[in-house]
Amino acid sequence: METALAILVGILVATGVYLMLARNLLRYLFGLVLLSNAANLAILAAGRLTRATPPLVPPGMMEPPLPVANPLPQALILTAIVIGFGLLAFALALLTRSYQQFQTLDSDQIREAEPVKEKKMEEAQG
Amino acid sequence: MKSIVLQTATRTFVALLLMFSIYMLLRGHNQPGGGFIAGLVAATAFTLLAMAWGVKAARQALRISPEGLAAAGLLIAGIASVIAGLFGDAPFTGQWLFLGGSETEKGLPVSSILLFDVGIYLSVLGAVLTLVFALEEND
Amino acid sequence: MDRPHSDAAGAGRFLGLVFPLLPAIPLLFLITQWGSVAEGNVKSVSFPWVPSLGIEFSFFLDGLNLLFALLISLIGVFVAIYAGAYLRGHPMLRRFFLYLALFMVGMLGLVLAADLITLFIFWELTTISSYLLIGFNHDKASARRCALQALLLTTMGGLCLLAGLILLGYTAGTFDLQEILARGDYVRGHSLYPAILVLILLGAFTKSAQFPFHFWLPNAMAAPTPVSAYLHSATMVKAGIYLMARLHPVLGTTPLWEWTLTIVGAITATLAAILAVRQTDLKLKLAYTTVVALGTITMFFGSDDSVAIAAAITFILVHSFYKASLFMVVGIIDHQTGTRELDRLGGLGKLMPVTWFCAGAAAISMAGFPPFLGFIGKELKYEGALAIATEPTLVAGAAIFANILMVTVAGTLALKPFIGRQRPKSDDIREAHWSLWIGPLVLSTLGLTFGLFTPLIAEGLVQPAVVTLLGEPKIVKLKLWHGVNVPLIMSILTFGLGVCAYLYQRPLRAFLAFLLSFFPTTADRIWDALLEGLKRLADVQTRWLQHGILRRYLRVIFLAATAALLLALIRQDNLSLSVAIPALNVKEWTAMLLVAAGAVMASSVSAPLAAVCALGALGVGVALLYLFFGAPDVAITQLLVETLFLVLIAATLHRLPLSYGRHATRFRRLDALIAIAAGVVVTITILAVIEQPFSSPSSDYFVANSMPEAFGRNIVNVILVDFRALDTFGEVVVVFTAALSAATLVGYTLRGRRR
Repeated sequence: METALAILVGILVATGVYLMLARNLLRYLFGLVLLSNAANLAILAAGRLTRATPPLVPPGMMEPPLPVANPLPQALILTAIVIGFGLLAFALALLTRSYQQFQTLDSDQIREAEPVKEKKMEEAQG
Repeated sequence: MKSIVLQTATRTFVALLLMFSIYMLLRGHNQPGGGFIAGLVAATAFTLLAMAWGVKAARQALRISPEGLAAAGLLIAGIASVIAGLFGDAPFTGQWLFLGGSETEKGLPVSSILLFDVGIYLSVLGAVLTLVFALEEND
Repeated sequence: MDRPHSDAAGAGRFLGLVFPLLPAIPLLFLITQWGSVAEGNVKSVSFPWVPSLGIEFSFFLDGLNLLFALLISLIGVFVAIYAGAYLRGHPMLRRFFLYLALFMVGMLGLVLAADLITLFIFWELTTISSYLLIGFNHDKASARRCALQALLLTTMGGLCLLAGLILLGYTAGTFDLQEILARGDYVRGHSLYPAILVLILLGAFTKSAQFPFHFWLPNAMAAPTPVSAYLHSATMVKAGIYLMARLHPVLGTTPLWEWTLTIVGAITATLAAILAVRQTDLKLKLAYTTVVALGTITMFFGSDDSVAIAAAITFILVHSFYKASLFMVVGIIDHQTGTRELDRLGGLGKLMPVTWFCAGAAAISMAGFPPFLGFIGKELKYEGALAIATEPTLVAGAAIFANILMVTVAGTLALKPFIGRQRPKSDDIREAHWSLWIGPLVLSTLGLTFGLFTPLIAEGLVQPAVVTLLGEPKIVKLKLWHGVNVPLIMSILTFGLGVCAYLYQRPLRAFLAFLLSFFPTTADRIWDALLEGLKRLADVQTRWLQHGILRRYLRVIFLAATAALLLALIRQDNLSLSVAIPALNVKEWTAMLLVAAGAVMASSVSAPLAAVCALGALGVGVALLYLFFGAPDVAITQLLVETLFLVLIAATLHRLPLSYGRHATRFRRLDALIAIAAGVVVTITILAVIEQPFSSPSSDYFVANSMPEAFGRNIVNVILVDFRALDTFGEVVVVFTAALSAATLVGYTLRGRRR
C-alpha cells in the first residue's frame, strides 16, 4: 500500500514542481497546492498505512483494540491542512494584489524589488 | 450570485450547518470532529451565506467582525491553557471536573480542554471568515 | 583659533576636564598593584561566559601586561587632557570622548584578557573604535577612505587571528591563556603549529603595521592628532606587539618564528626609515618613524635572548613616551600655526618655548642621546642585536641603519620648525594653552627622569616583563654607562652618520626619492585596485545570482533540495527497496487514480478554470484516501478546506486573467526534467523510509493514555487539544496572522479605492 502512496506522492511532487516553475503566478499557486498535498500524504505514508480502525476508543474501553491507525501523523496532517489553507489564501491575496498593481501575473515582469536597470545605472556612473 | 433557489435554501442550510458545527465541536473529544472541523463547518455556513446574500449580509449575520471573533477565540484558548496554573499544573495541562459524579456514575464532564476547543473553534472560524470576506468583498 | 562656543561646546569643556579622570582610575589601581606584581605575583579575576565551550570572561595581571596597561592608562590621562584642549569647541567633542573611552576599554581589556576569546573580543573592539576615531572627520572623503582601509585591513587580520586563536585553543585543549602559556612545548610540537603561527602573526602584523601591511598606518594620520598620539604611537599599534610578546613562550623560538619576525621586522624598519626621511609632512614623518619602531620591536621579538627581549621591552617604553609627546607637539604646531608642512615652518622657538622644550626632550630621547631613556634603550638594542643568534649582522645592520635615519628625523623635528626665520609670518602665533603642552611636557620629562633613575625602570617594569615573557628569572640591568664596548662604538657611529645625514638632508631626500621611484614602496595602490576588483566581483556575482527571476530561483531551490535528498539516499548504507505490486481494493485504486489524474490535469491544462476543477477532484481524492486509511478527522478537514479554497479561488478568479498567457502552453523540457527528478527522488525516499523498522513510542503513548489520562476517545483530537495543545495554539495563531495579513493586503487597495 505504501508503495502506491509513495508513487502517488512522487507524481504530486513532480506535477507540483513543474507548475511552480512556470512563469504564471496562478500556476505557481496551483503547484503549491499540489506540493502541500504531497507533503501531507508523505507524512501519512511515513506513519505507516493501515486499513485498520480509526484511532477511536470504543465506549466502555480504556484502550482501542489493536491494530489501530497511527494517530500522530493524523494530528500533524490535520493542523498542516489548516495552516496550508492559511498559506494558500495568503498567496492568493498576494497574487490578486500583484495583479492589481502590475496588471500581469508573469513573474518575469514583476521585478519591483530587483529591477533590471543595473546596467544602465552603471553606464551612467562610468 | 443572486438566485432565489439558493437564497431560500441557504436560510435552512445555514441554520443546519451551524447546529451541526456545534454538534461536531461538542462530540469532538470522543468522535470524529473537534474545534478545527467544527470551525471549518461554521465557516462554510457563513461562506454560503456570503455567496447567496452578499458579504454585507453575512457580516451582519455574524454581528461581530471575524477578526474580533478570531481574537476572542485565541483569548479563550489562552485562558483555558493558563487555568492549569491555578491548580498548580503546567500551562496547557487539562483540568477536569465531573459534575454529579459518584463511584459508579461518571457524571457530566466539564473541562478546560473543552474551553480550549471552543477557543480553537472560534479562532478558526474567525480567521477563515476574515479571509473569505476579504477576498469576496470586492464589488 | 577661536571657534564659536555653543552650549554643546560648554558641556564639552566640562567633559574635557572630567574625562581624564576615566583613565586615571585604572592607572591608580595599577599603581597599587605594581609592587606586588613586580615581585612576580599574578592577579586574576574570572566570570563564566560560555562554560560549555570552556570560554571564560577572565582577566589577569602579570609583569608583562602590567607594563602595557600602565602605558595605556598613563598616556591615556595625558591624551585625554590634550584632546579636550585640542578639540575645544568641536561640535562632536562628546562623541569623540565616547569613542576614545570605548577604545581605552578595548585596549585595557585586550592586554589584561586571560582568555583567548575574551582577548579577541577586545581586539575587535579596538579595531572598531579606532575606525570611528580615524574617520572622526567624517565629512572628509579622504578620512573616510583611510578609516575604511584601516578597518578592512585590521579586520582581515582579526579574522585570521580568530582562526589562529581557535586553532590554538583547540590544540592546547583550553582557552585559558595562563594554562596555554604552560603548554608551549606541546603546541610547538603539534602538526597545526605552522598554521596557528601564520594566522596569529597575520593578525599581529596587520595590527602593528608590519610590511607589507604597513601602509594603513600613515594613512590613518587622517585622524585628529590626539588619536594619532594615542592609538598610533603607544597603544593600538602595540596590540600586535603585545600579542607577539604574550604568545612568545608558546609560539616563539622555533626557526619559523625567528626567521619570520626577524626578516619582516628588519624590512619594515628599514623601508619605513627611508620613507620617514623622505616625508616633509611632520605628522606623516612621525607615522613612518612609528612603523620603524614597530619593525624594530618585531625584529627583536624574533629572538629568545634575554638582552634582545629586554631591549625590545625597554624600547616599547621609551618609544611610547617620546612618540606620544612628539605627536602632541606636532599637533600643537598644527593647532597654533595651521600647518604641519616642514618647509613652511621655522623660527617658532622664541614664540613657543615650552613646545620647543618638549620637542627637544622627546627628540633627544628618540635620537638616543645620553642621558635619556632612549640612549639606554638604544645601547640595549645594539647589545641585543649582537646577541641574536640567527642573524646578528642583519639585525644589527637594520638597527643601525634605522637609527641613523631616526637621528636625522629627530633632528629635523626638534630644530627645523623652531630655528631660523619665522614662518608662517603671522602675529597671532603664540604659545599654546597649558592643557595642550602639559601632556608632552610630562611625558618627555618622564623619559628624562627614567634615564636618571634607571633601577626603578629596570627592576620595576622591564625586569618583570622580561621574566614573564621568558618564563625564567633574568636580571636586567639598565645602565647609562657600560664602558667602552661595541654597542658604544656603534652608538657613536650612529650619531656621526645621523648628524651628517641631517646636515645633507635635502640631497639625501632627493636621492631617496630617486631611489624609491624604482620600487613600489606602498601597497596603497594595490589595495585600491583590490577593493575595486572586489566591488566589481560583487557586482557581477550579484547580477548573476540575484537576477530577480522567480522561477530561476525556484529551479535552484528544487535542484538543491533534490540533490540533498539524493545525497542522503546515496550515503545510506543498507538501502533496500521492496517494491511490491500494491494490494489495493477497487475504491482505493479509484481514489489514487483520481488524485493522479487531477494532478496531471492541473499541470497540463491551459486554462486556469480547468486547473481549478482538476484541483477540486484531486482534493476529494485525497480526502477519500484519508478516509480509507483510518483518518476520518483528517478526511473531513481536507474536504472542508478544499471546499473553502475553491470558494476563495472562485471569488478571486474573475478578477484575474482567464488565460495563463502566451507562455503557458509551451512545454518546458528543463523544468519537466527537474520536476521528474524531484518526484522520483521523493518517491524513493519514502520507499526507503518505509523500509526502516517502525517504532513510534509517542504514538503508542497517545493511544494508551488518551482515555485514562485525558478522558477522550477521539485520540487525534486529544492529541490536538490536550497532549500537544501548545502546538495547536501556535498553529491557530499562525492561521490568524496569515488571515489578517491577507485581508490587509487585499482590503487596503479595495477600501482605498472606495474612499
